[in-house]
Amino acid sequence: MEKLKLPIKDRKTTSFTNKPWFSAVLPLIVLFVLMSLIKPDTFLTTSNLMNILRQASTYAIMAVGMTFPIITGGIDLSQGSLLAVVAIVAGMIIRDTESILLAVLAGLVIGAVIGFLNGTVIAYLEMPPFIMTLGTMRALRGVALLLTKGSPIDIKLEAYRFMGTQSFLGIPLPAYMFILVAIAGQFILSKTATGRYIFALGSNVEAAKISGVKIVRNRIKAYMISGVCVAIASLLYISRLGSAQPIAGEGYEMEAVAATVIGGTSIVGGEGSAMGSIIGAVVVALIRNAMVLLQISTYWQSIVIGLVIVVSVSIDIIRKRIEARRVG
Amino acid sequence: MGNEDVILRFEHVSKMFPGVKALDDVSFDIRRGEVHVLLGENGAGKSTLIKILTGVYTADEGRILLNGREIKPTNILESRKLGIGTVFQENSLVPHLTVAENIFLSREIKNSANLIDWKETNAQAQYWIREMGIDIDPRTQVRRLSVAEQQIVEIAKILSQQPSIIILDEPTSALSDNEIDNLFNTVNKLKEEKGITFIYISHRMEEIKYIGDRATVLRDGKFIGQLPNLEEAKLDDIINMIVGRTLEEKFPKRQVEIGDVMFEVEHLTVPKTIYDVSFQVRSGEVVGLSGLVGSGRTSTAKAIIGMLPKEKGVIKLNGKPAVINTPHDAIKIGIGYLPEDRKREGLLLDKPMYENVTLPALHKFKKFGVLSKALEHQTAEEYREKLSIKTPSVERETKFLSGGNQQKVVFSKWLCAQTKVYIFDEPTRGIDVGSKSEIYRIINDLAAQGAAIIVISSELPEILGVCDRIVVMCEGRVTGELSREEATQEKIMKYAIGGAGSYGKVEATH
Repeated sequence: MEKLKLPIKDRKTTSFTNKPWFSAVLPLIVLFVLMSLIKPDTFLTTSNLMNILRQASTYAIMAVGMTFPIITGGIDLSQGSLLAVVAIVAGMIIRDTESILLAVLAGLVIGAVIGFLNGTVIAYLEMPPFIMTLGTMRALRGVALLLTKGSPIDIKLEAYRFMGTQSFLGIPLPAYMFILVAIAGQFILSKTATGRYIFALGSNVEAAKISGVKIVRNRIKAYMISGVCVAIASLLYISRLGSAQPIAGEGYEMEAVAATVIGGTSIVGGEGSAMGSIIGAVVVALIRNAMVLLQISTYWQSIVIGLVIVVSVSIDIIRKRIEARRVG
Repeated sequence: MGNEDVILRFEHVSKMFPGVKALDDVSFDIRRGEVHVLLGENGAGKSTLIKILTGVYTADEGRILLNGREIKPTNILESRKLGIGTVFQENSLVPHLTVAENIFLSREIKNSANLIDWKETNAQAQYWIREMGIDIDPRTQVRRLSVAEQQIVEIAKILSQQPSIIILDEPTSALSDNEIDNLFNTVNKLKEEKGITFIYISHRMEEIKYIGDRATVLRDGKFIGQLPNLEEAKLDDIINMIVGRTLEEKFPKRQVEIGDVMFEVEHLTVPKTIYDVSFQVRSGEVVGLSGLVGSGRTSTAKAIIGMLPKEKGVIKLNGKPAVINTPHDAIKIGIGYLPEDRKREGLLLDKPMYENVTLPALHKFKKFGVLSKALEHQTAEEYREKLSIKTPSVERETKFLSGGNQQKVVFSKWLCAQTKVYIFDEPTRGIDVGSKSEIYRIINDLAAQGAAIIVISSELPEILGVCDRIVVMCEGRVTGELSREEATQEKIMKYAIGGAGSYGKVEATH
């Protein structure tokens, strides 16, 4: 085989277009430019852009969490209901004790415990993740309704509202938070052994097992990370809105899945990134915002988001086919 | 060269991939009704040639003539319509469908109501299976068949499409000797009775001489030559043409001090799989685990590393009993298992080579809890050089490497993990002569460093060539043990089919 001179580093790793999240950047740029041209006076204002970031924050943090189970080849449908349970428990603690620390701790622990429960059953019993998390999704929604008897909990403590409502350097604090969560998520995925193992078991579970990867432990970790991310998103969510509804977060798990796949994470596992997922979440928020500004009905929002999911995943698939043809 | 007997002609076919000229001006003929063997190391261009013929790739230059007419298939269906049938290395049957359903998949036979005509489907399936010289109920689910039977069904499926050319890509790699004989009988029958032309790819020298009429040798994407009479060709000459150099010896000799007993398996039992398996491996020793396919060799290996639950039995390392419940435990105490199916169990195909190499010993690449990509790259580069793994970069996904190079990546994993006991399951399956001898060299080096090595192989010459001692299994039990000196193919076979000289079940040795 005659070898041609290749640079030491494979082009593949350095090329921007080959990053898995590339397919999400494209709609992001297109949407942004289009809206800037059509509605420069309402879209391209600081307050509007900050509003987009604030709205994206909940989905973005959930999507970072969703990235982990999806990379293992699973899914976490319980995210939306878990958001409600954490919101209600944290809200009750704040209402009754005014202790922010206790509320935050309780929220994070609930997220971790539910993630542990999901992961344990999925890993030990090898139950399909879809079924297990569908079960917890329904059960947790019931818990949320039981705890509140159906009525919302108001959060009046000013100190707690700070995080969700204030800004720093003109950028809302929730935006800092979701970027922080994304960085942490990306760090785990690409810089730690746990991250590598999560990719490995999503890529080829048999090979991973024979290579000594602890399958059960790492699967559980993936769902725990998802749960903790939901808890963070939830704590921020009630801080922003000032109330915890028992029906909060309904359908949010699907928004998180959408953001994750728009961000280039493969739904069959083995590939993905936290950074892609937050870009995906911003794309979804951007679409919603654009629709509102253009005074298009909410029905259309759903149609457009549906199309964006299909189009961006198509771009990703076509990109991979071209790559495979090129390399042979 | 009489033109009328040429069925397929390649003319100046070239194909470029980035960094590699996969095929370089290749021209040759294949004659009607012959078994034409394609020979070459991994990466020589055989697969690329077949993929162009079946429409997976298109040639950059040159043309292919079928019966004198140029063909340009753009996918496998088109090539099938042209009368070219392919039996792939990995079988492509749907496990939960029946034999008949598989044979007529996508070509269902319908009745007047446009529903599937099951009677006719099953009858026709039966006909094609009988053509293959065996009898399987066409209503059996494919997953209930043995690997060999599945392969027969696969060929029957191709045959039912009545092709003029059948491509067999490594058809025997999963078959036992007996099953190979059956397959060869079928090939000969189809060749003689139906005049079907076969293109045959295999790395097993013994069998290509037996089955092949003529051969074409490719090396580094170039046409090297043809062997007009395979039966009379000398093995050494064939190997020389393939590798372009004289292999000093197929199985390199080694001078190793065999030390103390290092690894012991005692009374290992897995319900309904293996019974009371015991053997020892010394430091520096290579022990072969032989037996027919399904005799419990791989199950023994998997029970050792904790992939299968043990009912009974002790594993000892340096005299101390080891607790092994998962492969993780096995690696931790120093036992590594190279699986028989590298694509299914050996590699993360979508991941870069370096991530594969470091996976079993990832903890070694942590600095303050963070993975050091630089260190991982450095190590992967080391193995790439040491094992001469052909890849443009350690970042390249392993799915893009050839079989032999993939296997070397799997070897790198275990070398990198620096275990003390190595279990190599079919270490040279489906790889070329050149890579084979490199792999034997690696095994020898490991032995020289004092490792205890177990080699599982279906190829008797390989077992005889590399092992110091051979443990033979039959139906889940150890039926014999032979030293290198006393071992012959015949003796191994005798034990493999059921004990010393006597057929049938061996008495349980409780």
